Amino acid sequence: MILRVYVLAYMVFLYAPIVLLPLFAFNDGTVIAFPLQGFTTRWFAELPQTPALVQSVRTSAIIAVSAALLSTILGICAARASARYDFSGKRAVLGFVMLPLVLPEIIIAVSLLVVVLALGLQLTAFTVILGHTLICMPFSIAILNGSFSALDRSLEEAAVDLGETRASSFRRVTLPLIAPGIVASLLIAFTISLDEFIIAFFLTGTNPTLPVYLWGQLRFPAKLPVVMALGTILVLSSVLLLCLAEWARRRGVARTGRMDGGFLG
Amino acid sequence: MKETAQRRPIVQMQGIDKRFDDDLILRGIDLEIGEGEFFSLLGPSGCGKTTLLRTIAGFETPSAGRLILDGRDMAGVPANHRPTNMVFQSYAIFPHLNVADNVGFGLRRDPRNAQDKARAVAEALEMVGLAGYGRRSATALSGGQRQRVALARALILKPRVLLLDEPMSALDKKLRETMQAELRRLQRQVGITFILVTHDQEEALIMSDRVAVMFDGRIAQMAPPRELYLRPASRQVAQFIGFMSFLPAQVSGAEVDVAGLGRAGVEPGQAPGGLHDGQADIGIRPEMLSLVEDAPRPGQRLSEGVVTEVEYYGDMSYYDIVLDGAAQPVVVSMKNLPGGVAAELGDRVKVSWDASSLMVFPPRS
Repeated sequence: MILRVYVLAYMVFLYAPIVLLPLFAFNDGTVIAFPLQGFTTRWFAELPQTPALVQSVRTSAIIAVSAALLSTILGICAARASARYDFSGKRAVLGFVMLPLVLPEIIIAVSLLVVVLALGLQLTAFTVILGHTLICMPFSIAILNGSFSALDRSLEEAAVDLGETRASSFRRVTLPLIAPGIVASLLIAFTISLDEFIIAFFLTGTNPTLPVYLWGQLRFPAKLPVVMALGTILVLSSVLLLCLAEWARRRGVARTGRMDGGFLG
Repeated sequence: MKETAQRRPIVQMQGIDKRFDDDLILRGIDLEIGEGEFFSLLGPSGCGKTTLLRTIAGFETPSAGRLILDGRDMAGVPANHRPTNMVFQSYAIFPHLNVADNVGFGLRRDPRNAQDKARAVAEALEMVGLAGYGRRSATALSGGQRQRVALARALILKPRVLLLDEPMSALDKKLRETMQAELRRLQRQVGITFILVTHDQEEALIMSDRVAVMFDGRIAQMAPPRELYLRPASRQVAQFIGFMSFLPAQVSGAEVDVAGLGRAGVEPGQAPGGLHDGQADIGIRPEMLSLVEDAPRPGQRLSEGVVTEVEYYGDMSYYDIVLDGAAQPVVVSMKNLPGGVAAELGDRVKVSWDASSLMVFPPRS
């Protein structure tokens, strides 16, 4: 009974703010306070008429897609190597790759900034892509590791035995079987990059990403309802993408008929 | 080997070594396998039999030696260009493809049109008794059906050599016996050379034209099943194939004096290590000894002893008998025929034997 109350309280504290987001996004008033003033969709209508915001969405999209692609491609390489080969220092290398998962993001952001400046690079979308790829990689590797270790090693050998080259057997057998993992990795990396603030804040150039832009808008109380509207869209699309990713991963498990753990339960 | 002299050699190995790090997995393998032969590689796990099979398939590169397949040196020839196909231990059925697409997987580079390929797939499925299964999902098949799909997938490419890596090990006993018979029938039907890796000596004896027994990366003996069983080349082979009892003996000339059996003359063929005066061990198979009530048939010898253990197997009984003058028991197997000779624990019994069924091995050092 006590446990149930605790869980309930926990959920309320965790998710009530998110419920407030759509509540005020549809509220017909510039002040974020109860009582609600009435229903409106004008904050949503205002969204596309703010050029800086549209620009930041575009920047975020470019960065998220690039980071997702990069971290998934690198993740495929790393996961395949870890599932197929034994080499000295394998555990150390893999542990090192997974490090961003536990390091405070602010540390990563500051150290990346130092490195980027030391290299004499301009702060652009490119530097944000590099930073985001770094923090997305552990997730991609974790997902793809599951896909690869659920894969019977003799499947690729069987394809080679039946006349395929190493490359074409990867395409005809391995790729279709790990495709759900790839989709899951792309979606999760995309979501992480889209939501990420600290690294983007440190490494972004003249074109801020969406979260960075939003943070800037918070100084103007009149803009708050628009931010709420945007936040609502972001939350919805994040949930949607994560559900899609999990669905893809489970389909992969069902297909190979084996449990691969995964990390979303 | 008499059998292979008539057959065209299809697999030839000369001094094949395989080294993993510092371990020699294969040590100087020489063998020749004839066209259309059913050949088995038999040995305990870790003896190198699977590595040898994978070397033929092209998944392992030998550290030394020559491998010739169908008259062609295989050095530098990758697995996808070799005239071999393999049935994997796990069957390696592609889970994302249906049965027909699995069987037709290797036909991609085949110049025939789609219709002819579909017919070839249907024929291959029919050959393994899976006619009409083409549209089924490959993941919904039973163990025996997966094996049939794996066979059809390999045989459809008409390889010169079919390699089978412990294909029955995942099946239960009854199904295994069915598949053994079927595999043998299939091999006779297609006439392709089959090389089977197994750790099951019974399976090797039942199915093969010839068997290579491997221990520790070496071929200990290569012979037809009958010869392997009746004239094992070493004590190790004798103990791996079937059961054999051992008794200490003294050799002088062509005569052995065996504890519990007495003096007997032996032929050189009964002593694979050669006949050397002095200590030796005599090996004898359980069915070469029989319990008798009366005097033995002409040529048979008679010894007496006490039954120390009886194991009843339904059709057969196995008796441990300590013969007079021997320290350790010998095992005697008897068919449980109606009115046949049987004995109880502690009985004094007469045992008949034949000098030609004794094997002479060097003493265990």
